[in-house]
Amino acid sequence: MLQINGLKASIDGKSILNGIDLTVPQGEVHAIMGPNGSGKSTLSYVLSGREGYEVDGGTATFGGQDILAMEPEERAAAGLFLAFQYPVELPGVNNANFLRTALNAQRRARGEAELDAVQFLKLARAEAKRLSMPDDMLKRNVNVGFSGGEKKRNEVLQMALLRPKLAILDETDSGLDIDALKIVADGVNALRGPTFSALVITHYQRLLDHIVPDRVHILAQGRIVKSGGPELAHALEAGGYAAFVPEAA
Amino acid sequence: MPAVAETLDTVQAATEGGYKWGFSTDIEMEMAPKGLNEDIIRLISARKNEPQWLLDWRLAAYAVWLKMTEPEWAMLNHPPIDYQDLHYYAAPKKKAGPKSLDEVDPELLRTYEKLGIPLRERAILAGVEGADGAPADGDRPQVAMDAVFDSVSVATTFKSTLAKAGVIFCPISEAVQEHPELVRKYLGSVVPTNDNYFAALNSAVFTDGSFVYIPKGVRCPMELSTYFRINARNTGQFERTLIIAEEGSFVSYLEGCTAPQRDENQLHAAVVELVAFDDAQIKYSTVQNWYPGDSEGKGGIYNFVTKRGHCRGARSKISWTQVETGSAITWKYPSCVLQGDDSVGEFYSVALTNNYQQADTGTKMIHIGKRTKSTIVSKGISAGHSNNTYRGLVRIDRRADGARNFTQCDSLLIGDQCGAHTVPYIESRNPTAKLEHEATTSKIAEDQLFYCRQRGLSEEDAVGLIVNGFCKDVLKELPMEFAVEAQKLLAISLEGSVG
Amino acid sequence: MSIAPSGPLAALKAAADAYVADYQARKTTLPGDSHVRAESAALVAANGLPGPREEAWRYTPLRPFAEAQFKPTAKAEPSAALLARLPQVEATRLVFVDGRFHSELSGVPAGFRVTTGEPAYGTLARPAAEKLVALNTMLAEDGAAIHVPANTDAGTVLLASLATGAAVGFHPRHHIVLEPGAKLTLLDVTIGEGEYLNNPVLTFEVAAGATVTHLRTQDEGAGAFHLSTVYAEVAEGGTYDSFALILGAKLARMEVHARLAGPNAAAHLNAAQLLGASQHADFTTIVRHDAPNTASRQTVKNVLTGRSRGVFQGKIEVARIAQKTDGYQMNQALLLSANAEMDSKPQLEIYADDVKCSHGATVGALDADQLFYLRSRGVPEAEARAILVRAFLSEALDPISHEGARAAMEAAIAAWWAKGGTVQT
Repeated sequence: MLQINGLKASIDGKSILNGIDLTVPQGEVHAIMGPNGSGKSTLSYVLSGREGYEVDGGTATFGGQDILAMEPEERAAAGLFLAFQYPVELPGVNNANFLRTALNAQRRARGEAELDAVQFLKLARAEAKRLSMPDDMLKRNVNVGFSGGEKKRNEVLQMALLRPKLAILDETDSGLDIDALKIVADGVNALRGPTFSALVITHYQRLLDHIVPDRVHILAQGRIVKSGGPELAHALEAGGYAAFVPEAA
Repeated sequence: MPAVAETLDTVQAATEGGYKWGFSTDIEMEMAPKGLNEDIIRLISARKNEPQWLLDWRLAAYAVWLKMTEPEWAMLNHPPIDYQDLHYYAAPKKKAGPKSLDEVDPELLRTYEKLGIPLRERAILAGVEGADGAPADGDRPQVAMDAVFDSVSVATTFKSTLAKAGVIFCPISEAVQEHPELVRKYLGSVVPTNDNYFAALNSAVFTDGSFVYIPKGVRCPMELSTYFRINARNTGQFERTLIIAEEGSFVSYLEGCTAPQRDENQLHAAVVELVAFDDAQIKYSTVQNWYPGDSEGKGGIYNFVTKRGHCRGARSKISWTQVETGSAITWKYPSCVLQGDDSVGEFYSVALTNNYQQADTGTKMIHIGKRTKSTIVSKGISAGHSNNTYRGLVRIDRRADGARNFTQCDSLLIGDQCGAHTVPYIESRNPTAKLEHEATTSKIAEDQLFYCRQRGLSEEDAVGLIVNGFCKDVLKELPMEFAVEAQKLLAISLEGSVG
Repeated sequence: MSIAPSGPLAALKAAADAYVADYQARKTTLPGDSHVRAESAALVAANGLPGPREEAWRYTPLRPFAEAQFKPTAKAEPSAALLARLPQVEATRLVFVDGRFHSELSGVPAGFRVTTGEPAYGTLARPAAEKLVALNTMLAEDGAAIHVPANTDAGTVLLASLATGAAVGFHPRHHIVLEPGAKLTLLDVTIGEGEYLNNPVLTFEVAAGATVTHLRTQDEGAGAFHLSTVYAEVAEGGTYDSFALILGAKLARMEVHARLAGPNAAAHLNAAQLLGASQHADFTTIVRHDAPNTASRQTVKNVLTGRSRGVFQGKIEVARIAQKTDGYQMNQALLLSANAEMDSKPQLEIYADDVKCSHGATVGALDADQLFYLRSRGVPEAEARAILVRAFLSEALDPISHEGARAAMEAAIAAWWAKGGTVQT
């Protein structure tokens, strides 16, 4: 599904990713763990196409397509979803309209029929209910006046509606209490199946108790320094990053 | 009766004896005859033994001034100024310039002692006399002082210490003699003679002021300060200050001003020019406490000042901080021309008007270089029958990619006979620039006052506290000792009106 | 023939003289109060047109207007295309073509009075203070006097100005009176093709408890000059509620003077200016709070593309007596191209202490984070930009309570965007 080879990237001439090699097969959930400043968020932004990040080398393909050459919206239509660490507020943009516009733009790009307002609302309400989100969250402006937990739940709601092939969750657990964490994890787990992959980026092992990954990768100084099974996250929890990243002690 | 009104009444009863700098000094003066003409300009130039080029410069400025008219756009009302009814030169009589402080007229030294201005080379600063728990002199930061008395500088301290660091700090009249190449190069390079009516007048008749030169890479080892005192009757003060900060240098400069309590209005028209090269920083702080006139609006200084800083170099920074409590009329817009890429301009201002004072003050931030940044924080407090106007311009040039401005300007009204006005001009010609401007007008909330009083503060103290809180974002930009003085000054200036 | 004068001041003087000469030539045939007209003619002759050194005109030089030539109007018929641009809403239609009332295109009012055929001067205008109002008063030929009796809801009136582009100059003069408790929604649409001058003056007398909703669409011809002045005087508990959609002319200036004369009076002066190419548009407001407990709200949004220049000047004046005034003003601009320019001058002049007044202004580009967020959700860039621009306008558009008018304005905005609002130059 996602194949990254030797990916190097920089911001303002400063190297952040120094040759990432990573493969996420279809249907698998992988976790990326790493200390602050290891390049976790940069990886998610480079994969989703945010401006200001310079790709200096390497490749990233998604379902066989070179995603690095694509516009952000083309990547989204191809099935790539980024759950933002800091979801952006859009004053004046109604949440439901926003979601329908996004969903229909993607459906259009894939040659699928668009949903009308009634069809969409039915779908959105059902998903919102499943995520224990109040109905009025759909009526409010996107993320405006949302609490930290509400913003993250809104990200998961979008993911549920847009049905991506690969979701990148960028520290979605940060700032969440245990109840909100469970709701987010349930939202991800509900999508798990043979056609859904996820890259869960996190600093802590906590989220991985709820979203059990198939593989865990440790990112340090812009490289994957170790990969393993879910047990690697536990080892990390016990020994800290120092055991894997001597320089970061 | 609402609490504020009650205080107003109570305090209205108290007289305006608050201006404690209102005494005058009896000292023998040499005065030019009243009036302004080319001969007076020649006389000033001759008294200062100036080179021909400077006399020519003055005369050219005078010719320009004659063709100009007084600006009328400010929200200020005053009777016409009779420019022929002033002395343009007044200096304490003395022999050739004093070689040391011991030669300075003891009457003058007493005057400065009384004002709290240290002309002795010891580390103490204006306005903190009697401050409880003040540290011993030795623990205080040192401040070098230039004292300007009417038209001339009477003393400059710490000159030798500064000279060791390569810093030039002297009266501008002395700089004309000692460093003519620097003066000639920079004088009028930031504020040209034809910039405005008062700048043209100043260029023609300026008498003294301070000159500062900080060489490349030097961090000025102490604060530099000029203390301006108007003493003589019917005298205008026209000082000229020039500060040049070479590449990578830093200087913090303070100025203070007072004048005797007199019935007539006196004119003060100064020009201050700052130049900052690559990576240089100039921090310029003012506590302006000219005599504001009495509670009926009689007397007081007319203060028409042109202050401008030119950030010529990349990453240079000029920061203006002003606390304006004095003068009958204040017309003053310390500005920054942000030419160097990544240069920074700041303007922090508190303007407090009481009785019949009028202030029209603000800033101009001209963004020319890329990623230039400016911050404006203005706090206006109006009490009594006064009028207080913030007037500011932020201009983003077409080339100023990524420029940023943030402006916050707040007004506080105390009493219902005063006015608070806000006149910002916001001009952007670059889509990558981002400007934000916020302005509010309010009064001291009854619940804030009550909360303070319930905790045991008198209403006067509560008002002082709230006003100081209102001004905090500006006061914290002042050097510490100056901030102490400014806080006291705010409280004193509110006396006779509210608290 | 003498040598033509040069410089902006000379051009303005020459234009004023030409207008006065036109008045002198036609004064015996112009309808309405000849005394009022003569007084203004003396003002135009003495004061001329607003010049570049006047503070109120610092950002809007009238030289291009002064250098243009306009003939007096004649009876004209609008094209079908022009008529099709009128909003399709249920309303009493009052249609003016090239400044002249067109009875066949107009409807008959029910329950309130309308008089046309001569300028409706009213008493609120100040030709001595506003030079363009003096020009209007001197040359006005037609206008609507609308009178809504006490406690009557006049419903919706569509006041339409259609310009055929016949290089004519017209100076409509409308006067709207709402007696106590009356209600009126006035859809004020000024549209046209080509080159012409539209210099209307509208005066509103809003009596106690009355409410007028003034919804304006200004979408003039590409070569046109639109110079309008509105005066609204609002008595106790009355409301002047306005929104202006400004799609511009070649050069447009809309000046609004609202005076809150009685306690609890309110004024809303919202606007959206959408400009492109080398259009210049200026929205200038002066709100005067002259009584206690009055409120004013202004939300003005500007979207600028091409080489356009947007101007906003907003002044809130609070008189000493106007305690408990609540004044709010927000002016925001989006610069969508490298050569667009925004000049903004929000102003507070306050003489009462127990007030809550604030203004804010921002100028910038579309937010890069928001744009990326939308695109990361699959929304193509152009659509994402459109969404963000529409969202930017919503604060000004959403308060419009008249559904039909709002729909027509939304459609006009969408058309503007489709036509070239996205062009980046």
